[in-house]
Amino acid sequence: MKTLLRPALSLFVLLSVITGLAYPLLVTGIAKTTFPVEAGGSLIVKDGKTIGSRLIGQNFSDPRYFWGRPSATTPMPYNASASGGSNLGPLNPALMDVVKGRIDTLRAADPGNTLPIPADLVTASASGLDPHIGIAAAAYQAGRIARVRGIELAVVEGLVAQYTESRQWGIFGEPRVNVLALNLALDGLR
Amino acid sequence: MTTHAWTLLGLFLAILLVTVKPMGLYLAKVMAGDYGFVRKTESPLYRLCGVQADEEMVWLKYAFAILLFNALGVLAVYALQRLQAWLPLNPQGMANVSPDSAFNTAISFVSNTNWQGYGGESTMSYLTQMLALTVQNFLSAATGIVVVIALIRGFARHTAATVGNAWVDLTRVTLYVLLPISIVYAVFLVGQGSIQNLDAYKEVTTLEVTKYDAPKLDADGQPVKDEKGAVVNEPAETATQTLAMGPVASQEAIKMLGTNGGGFFNANSAHPYENPTPLSNFIQMLSIFLIPGALCFTFGRMVGDTRQGWAVLAVMTVMFAGLAIAAMYFEQQANPLLTQLGVDPTFGNMEGKETRFGIADSGLFATITTAASCGAVIAMHDSFMPLGGLVPLVDMQLGEVVFGGVGSGLYGMLVFAILAVFISGLMIGRTPEYLGKKIETYEMKMTSIAILVTPLLVLVGTAVAVITGDGRAGIANPGAHGFSEILYAFSSAANNNGSAFAGLSANTPFYNTMLGIAMWFGRFGVIVPVLAMAGSLAAKKRLAVTEGTLPTHGPLFVVLLIGVVLLVGLLNYVPALALGPVIEQLMLFATY
Repeated sequence: MKTLLRPALSLFVLLSVITGLAYPLLVTGIAKTTFPVEAGGSLIVKDGKTIGSRLIGQNFSDPRYFWGRPSATTPMPYNASASGGSNLGPLNPALMDVVKGRIDTLRAADPGNTLPIPADLVTASASGLDPHIGIAAAAYQAGRIARVRGIELAVVEGLVAQYTESRQWGIFGEPRVNVLALNLALDGLR
Repeated sequence: MTTHAWTLLGLFLAILLVTVKPMGLYLAKVMAGDYGFVRKTESPLYRLCGVQADEEMVWLKYAFAILLFNALGVLAVYALQRLQAWLPLNPQGMANVSPDSAFNTAISFVSNTNWQGYGGESTMSYLTQMLALTVQNFLSAATGIVVVIALIRGFARHTAATVGNAWVDLTRVTLYVLLPISIVYAVFLVGQGSIQNLDAYKEVTTLEVTKYDAPKLDADGQPVKDEKGAVVNEPAETATQTLAMGPVASQEAIKMLGTNGGGFFNANSAHPYENPTPLSNFIQMLSIFLIPGALCFTFGRMVGDTRQGWAVLAVMTVMFAGLAIAAMYFEQQANPLLTQLGVDPTFGNMEGKETRFGIADSGLFATITTAASCGAVIAMHDSFMPLGGLVPLVDMQLGEVVFGGVGSGLYGMLVFAILAVFISGLMIGRTPEYLGKKIETYEMKMTSIAILVTPLLVLVGTAVAVITGDGRAGIANPGAHGFSEILYAFSSAANNNGSAFAGLSANTPFYNTMLGIAMWFGRFGVIVPVLAMAGSLAAKKRLAVTEGTLPTHGPLFVVLLIGVVLLVGLLNYVPALALGPVIEQLMLFATY
């Protein structure tokens, strides 16, 4: 036992220093020189003010803007310092209630819309910070945006197409639109 | 299943299988000290630490060394959490973690489970994330790998007293396998958008003001409750968003490579800062299986017959593919109750999933992370369709042997292989042997302990939680799903997976203690008998292959082994599964 104690202790300390201090600090150093924007959170700066991150969604409820995925974070939606999903099971009545409420809100904001409701627009994301919606979810909202803003539908649809990201390398993930980027572009239309 | 899902699965398996041989060969050579640069750079470290590198250990000493090393890990992780408020690198001023949560997390990260009762970005200081949690991401992975290497040496050696030197093995795996890959991998993740900094959290001004209900607080900062005990809310609004920061990518890389799975953030790999793009996600999936797959080749090479390794890999691959197809299929189904409300069913079950990943990537990831004992998630398993959620449960309950954790998956599978030759030996009336080693009473005793310890922990733990008020208090979803949440928690803890049906409120003294015990014995209750078997196998003579020897590299043995894993691993859980996901599935489609 005694012959084990010294190597155990010293090896533990040595490997801890290498993997717990040297390694993360080395990666931080490399990251800050090679990918400074990404390492710092892909922040969006406008007129000298930081207004968000390219990768973190924000809450939108104004009909003038595209709405993102519902967020289950607490106490406020899109709380970027307490990520998480709803964890509601498929048979939980609470899931039905909350989805029904979201459908009602969507329909109330756009009474004439007869398109089927895209699932991602009424279900909470896993992180609560999902920056994207699917193509159908953007198309569903395009009519409302055009009407409320008093612009041509074709302009809105053109903007959605411009901000659509296809599957990465044609294989990975799903086609999607970054909601914050799209809304910033909407505000940029003059 | 969509064409996209088939393509994704096919591409994943193809790339994985290409990596097996080179990675497995590298592992074998590093562990044998075949590389000059390894021997040259490691020897000063051994002198510094007082390690007698050329002194081999008998199995009992090897086991003591491993236990001692891991016990030190538990103490260090516990202490750092309990003291973090007074230590540096804590820009958010995180408070010291409570004793029961710190105990649970310490065992969780040391046992390679990485179950998380806490939310990372609201609990842990950067120092704790790095010096406690990242360190154990490396060392628990190294522990798993050296144990399987010792077991393989037991098969490879004959009439030998020793199984290797634990200190040398741990050092080699950590510094020459895990560390270099992690550095490259972490930088790649940053390139995709993962963050890596030590800054305080950033407050940004959002485009829109968010209105929400906040709990009303009294003068002491405690939430006000009405006569019925419900929390009273008041309207609130905010024009800012606080972005959590931290050294994420460095932890993320080893979290996946070492099948650890403990997220820097509460949302784990679903968080865009942990797993920003579908490409980073694909690489994360590959990196979970990289070492468990490669070790099969390492095994074949070390025992001098690579066909043996390919046979074990075939068992794992076939079982995995079946499970992955099931998960992707069930998640592509829409929740019929939502379809009734007018939701378009073509998108599948999107509750708890990220748009950039969608159904196919989420279903595949869920299977990979639970087949391997990783436990990272990109989608909330609690919100899966009933049978979609059954797949991760089954993955874990098979004993984490379908690829499994780094090292632990292969030693678990080899234990099943010994059981398979034992059963076939009984059928034909011959003394069973595996890889030229006679399987006798002692090996079968150790095999039985290794196989039975986890079902015992899972089923007894679940039963205790279900019949006690403290256990039932954690349930989030009503009905059969609530039972599934508890069953999932104990399956995950005892099999050292770490994923959760996360609705369960597990950060309570009851669950922290119960799950802590399950994780410790689920890990070391298997490691010790496996090392004992390594010692006894190493001491045996090697038998020559005769006409009566059961070949263990052909399709017949592959089928036999799959059968044994399914029967022995799963039968224990059929009644419990019937009470949870199966009932829920029937109810969901009956109401429709």
